[in-house]
Amino acid sequence: MMNKRIGEVILSFENISLSFGGVKALTRIGFDVREHEIRAIIGPNGAGKSSMLNVINGVYHPQEGEIVFRGKSRRGMNTYESAKSGIARTFQNIALFKGMSVLDNIMTGRNLKMRSNFLLDALYWGPAQREEIAHRRKVEEIIDFLEIQHIRKTPVGRLAYGLQKRVELGRALAAEPSILLLDEPMAGMNVEEKQDMCRFILDVNDQLGTTIILIEHDMGVVMDISDRVVVLDYGKKIADGTPDEVRANQDVIDAYLGVAH
Amino acid sequence: MSVANDQLEDAGLGTFPRLLLHHASVHGGRPATREKDLGIWQTWTWSQVAQEVRALACGLSELGFKRGDNLAVIGDNRPRLYWAMAAAQCLGGVAVPLYQDAVAAEMAFVLQDAEIKFAIVEDQEQVDKMLEIKDQCPTLAHVLYDDPRGLRHYIQSGLQSLEELMAMGRIHDQNQREFIDGEINRGEPGDIAVMLYTSGTTGKPKGVCQTHASFINAAQSGCDFDHLGPDDSILSYLPMAWVGDHLFSYAQALVAGFTINCPESGDTVMTDLREIGPTYYFAPPRVFENLLTTVMIRMEDAGSIKRGMFHYFMDVARRCGAEILDGKPGVSALDRLRYRLGDLLVYGPLRNVLGMSRIRVAYTAGAAIGPDLFRFYRSIGVNLKQLYGSTETCAAVCLQPDGEIKFDSVGKPAPGVEVRIADNGEVLVRGKMLLKEYYKRPADTAEAIDKDGYFHTGDAGFFDEDGHLKIIDRAKDVGKTAGGAMFAPNFIENKLKFFSFIKEAVAFGHGRQVVCAFINIDMGAVGNWAERRNISYSGYTDLAQKPEVYQLIRECIEKANAELALDPMLCASQVHRFLILHKELDPDDDELTRTRKVRRGFVAEKYAVLIEALYSGKATQFIETQVKFEDGRSGMVSADLVIMDAQTHSNAPPQSTKKAA
Repeated sequence: MMNKRIGEVILSFENISLSFGGVKALTRIGFDVREHEIRAIIGPNGAGKSSMLNVINGVYHPQEGEIVFRGKSRRGMNTYESAKSGIARTFQNIALFKGMSVLDNIMTGRNLKMRSNFLLDALYWGPAQREEIAHRRKVEEIIDFLEIQHIRKTPVGRLAYGLQKRVELGRALAAEPSILLLDEPMAGMNVEEKQDMCRFILDVNDQLGTTIILIEHDMGVVMDISDRVVVLDYGKKIADGTPDEVRANQDVIDAYLGVAH
Repeated sequence: MSVANDQLEDAGLGTFPRLLLHHASVHGGRPATREKDLGIWQTWTWSQVAQEVRALACGLSELGFKRGDNLAVIGDNRPRLYWAMAAAQCLGGVAVPLYQDAVAAEMAFVLQDAEIKFAIVEDQEQVDKMLEIKDQCPTLAHVLYDDPRGLRHYIQSGLQSLEELMAMGRIHDQNQREFIDGEINRGEPGDIAVMLYTSGTTGKPKGVCQTHASFINAAQSGCDFDHLGPDDSILSYLPMAWVGDHLFSYAQALVAGFTINCPESGDTVMTDLREIGPTYYFAPPRVFENLLTTVMIRMEDAGSIKRGMFHYFMDVARRCGAEILDGKPGVSALDRLRYRLGDLLVYGPLRNVLGMSRIRVAYTAGAAIGPDLFRFYRSIGVNLKQLYGSTETCAAVCLQPDGEIKFDSVGKPAPGVEVRIADNGEVLVRGKMLLKEYYKRPADTAEAIDKDGYFHTGDAGFFDEDGHLKIIDRAKDVGKTAGGAMFAPNFIENKLKFFSFIKEAVAFGHGRQVVCAFINIDMGAVGNWAERRNISYSGYTDLAQKPEVYQLIRECIEKANAELALDPMLCASQVHRFLILHKELDPDDDELTRTRKVRRGFVAEKYAVLIEALYSGKATQFIETQVKFEDGRSGMVSADLVIMDAQTHSNAPPQSTKKAA
């Protein structure tokens, strides 16, 4: 039924090393991401998954190694530039504006797309008005897509955790990213919420064609929805491949279940 | 009695498609349908709707939909699905709406039974169900979907979007305008318009065939009764397969020409209700109850001034609100002034929050509604009424007229409807709104409609002194006490269950001298009550046997008895003795159905020794029962149950009854 159009490599990492003082968070990591695929990064606690994500969107700058994004090397890019170039993300601990409504929160995701100046915006006049309407429409499409119409005007702080996660995904989508980074999108959810979230991730990937890099603890989820999986342990890459290959890999089993010494 | 429908028929408007074209030409610019999409209410006028329906009909015809074919319609309340029903009727076909939340296997039965070739469905979820059962339904050739989301990669044959179908239909309609007009003209009022399937709680679902004439008749008498016209609007949010929604959102909307509003999604109904502010509203008792609970919880969280104001004015409303709404005399000038002030400060804002500011007429039906609940809405100025009907009668048998409202009756027969009570207490109905037949089930049809043309509803009831019909029970459950008086267990049980402390009740009395009952206490309500009185308990069994709890339940039963004593027909149904069961009745133990109805026979058999004890005058009885736990294990629960007498009243005039109480 699905004819996924996985394309060329758009993002690749070579020999990425990141350390904080004496602590080596990542050691010579290398893998690549193809266009339109769902790429999972898994590993036990402290394996360096979140650090890796932070390297991708420019929060951390690795001391060594090379990142190539759409053919251009970009080791020193900051977060703003990274967002500008079409990389959006969600966070492990929800980072929304708790007092603002769902609608307004998602609207903040449009920030980089807004063109009109402060004065026109304040007067809500001419092009500013037209622009606002266009952005609102886009936001409404996302609300429709994520099926959160019923909480459109509810302050985010009052929502259940699972819904807040969905709103955060909505804000990331509002930037119309080409690459979406999801940091544990399903942590703390119940089974039904997880199923919903899986469906949304697959829909985003399928219908919007967005490339997705996700970190996830729930192995079942990862194996179900990912095209390829990279496994980290103590800052090192121990496996990389399709879910089936990774599942059969002895190093991965040892890393997760422990090994008798 | 009523000639209303004949007027429409004489005017050449005896079918739904003709009514649609009539509205399009008479007030084509008025809103017919609204739907909230991407946060904005979109409106279609009558003439636009007529165009859309023509396009749908032409498209269906291009695919081979013929006169007499059945069209399955499955989904939430979406404008295009309503239009699809009209489109099928344009071509002389029959609309068959299905419950959208049914699982695929349940749908398969209906699709086979109705030999469905064409199904118009809402979205991917429904398409998946159709594809799942396609092998079991060989006739199903075309599945058309409204919302293309997620369906891009579906390549099955026979699957098509409504968008494409309508594009095809529009071209067809432009080239041959006379085609659809001709088809519509060929339709007769006596043709079957819609087939609604009964829920099938007793056996397989049956297709109830209703003609244009019967639904138009039912709709017209309802519109006349409540003076509904083109200025009214309604929120269409109940399942399309349910006869009530078909009557309100389809038949009455087309007869009266009012606006239907489709909510954005199932979860947004309350917000949408507030935004639209309908003038005409229907909800089952459960919805009204949930709304009231929400209000009460929010009031408890409100500041002390607001809360004080709320409670003060709610007392005023309880005292005189319903009377003022009914225009009854006997309310003092001071109370009227207080009510006026209350309307300004509390009732008005409350109605606004509930989305009921503009409601002229609201109906509830489908289950017994508690008197307090009913009175609450009426007292804040919402004209809530009850009606009685079924799928077979287009949901239009009895309605409560304005100003003559009783919480325990369903009102007077609608115009043009004859109601008779059979010797066994069963309600018999005759009129134009009766079903034509059960689809392909002549034996069932013959059984349901007798030779005089009366439909046997299966409900037991009687007329009170004002000519209002009271429905008391399913006819098959109604028995007689040894003294020959009517015994309606459900009626008694419902009366008991209106007390928040009583969760379930099972009444016995058929063939006995007096009525006795088993009670299940409501763990939440009674537990809370006990905590406030510092009564400690370890669990349900312990709490149920506390003397204080027995006393509490006894008071409830005696209150119910006092009310029953007032009614000569039901006086003999007062509960003489009762006991509180040591365990909660549970579907896992087969004591309740999955829809939480008591399985009377099973319970009577299982607890035969308790019934024996109730009638033999014992003061306690030991019982040991096996129970199943949720994880599938089972265990034993045992207790010495106390049996208590409750005070009853003789059937005397109300004054002396009060004294006795």
